[in-house]
Amino acid sequence: MNIHSFQHYLSIFLTSMFIENLALAFFLGMCTFLAISKNIKTAMGLGIAVIVVQGITVPVNNLLYQYLISEGALAKIFGPSFSSVNLSFLGLIIYIGVIAAIVQILELTLDRFFPALYSALGIFLPLITVNCAILAGSLFMDQRSYDFGESVVYGFGSGTGWALAIVALASVREKMRYSNVPAGLRGLGITFITVGLIAMAFMAFSGIQL
Amino acid sequence: MTAQTARGVLLDPVLNNNPITLQVLGICSALAVTTQLQTATVMCIAVIFVICLSNMAIAAIRNYIPSSIRMIVQMVIIASLVILVDQILKAYFFNISKTMSVFVGLIITNCIVMGRAEGFAMKNTISMSFLDGLGNGLGYSAVLLLVAFVRELFGSGSLFGISILPKITDGGWYNPNGLMLLSPSAFFLIGILIWIVRTFKPEQVEEA
Repeated sequence: MNIHSFQHYLSIFLTSMFIENLALAFFLGMCTFLAISKNIKTAMGLGIAVIVVQGITVPVNNLLYQYLISEGALAKIFGPSFSSVNLSFLGLIIYIGVIAAIVQILELTLDRFFPALYSALGIFLPLITVNCAILAGSLFMDQRSYDFGESVVYGFGSGTGWALAIVALASVREKMRYSNVPAGLRGLGITFITVGLIAMAFMAFSGIQL
Repeated sequence: MTAQTARGVLLDPVLNNNPITLQVLGICSALAVTTQLQTATVMCIAVIFVICLSNMAIAAIRNYIPSSIRMIVQMVIIASLVILVDQILKAYFFNISKTMSVFVGLIITNCIVMGRAEGFAMKNTISMSFLDGLGNGLGYSAVLLLVAFVRELFGSGSLFGISILPKITDGGWYNPNGLMLLSPSAFFLIGILIWIVRTFKPEQVEEA
């Protein structure tokens, strides 16, 4: 396994958090992003849940990819006759399975050992399974062929970026309750335009080379 | 929802109950692939294919799925169909599949597919589920293509890669609007689209 310099990890972390923000640059996890950003408290709960799940699933999927389904990986387990087997087309189904399983395990563990946190997260944990930001994290990891260390950093970085974005949107929407929005724009319409403005603000990071 | 006609099931999601502008489903992929009409078209075909077949498959076995594991069964059916689409794109349209990167895979978590499977296909016959899938797929496509049309026309002065408004850099008169190619424009366009739809259909306006 390669050991990279601290700077390399820091650059992946900051890039995934700000420049390539999953929600605002790639539009991922939008359904939950728009639906559960009406107040800061719930947005914060969901954000933390996403950071945790993302931080676990990306590295786990990375290990599975490296040692099970990438080309030639089976040869190390079953001998050289398997060296031409490439199972990477199974990636999608394996990643989503792992995500569903990890969310389930996390739910049971939290329920047993941290009931306070479990009740705070409530409905958000199961919702995370169908959050495309989580699946996309694993797919980007696969596409950019990160190694294990990089994938840990990427998982936490991108999760944090997503959490940051949803908390920002929730704070704006809380303030917006006091404004007089035109009838047709109320609710969903104005939320879209707000997200667009936040995305524009985040684009200020895009020139930065790390 | 009683006595649904086939026509209603097919047309309702396109016009009145659009999955994107009213139900807020499947936005993620809708925004990312709309910088060009070509990728948007491929995405629409892929989504219609997956949603129709998954609806049919789930409707066909709906009476045999134990309700405790129905999510997993739906997920496996959808994921298998998406893998099929992904492999076909990689084999025959490699360039398009390259530009769409992870967004083909993300059809799995597209809430429209899952939502229709759970909300419609589990309770209806195979042919009705097929029509419902088709209708929702078309409703999704309509919004996607509209956004992609505006973004490509004003962002790069072309449609399907064919130049319509000659750009200044190529000796023409049109100065492309760079914002249209960036992510915020998609949000603005959908926001405005929702506004237009709700102006004509006041019953859809949300109470603030």
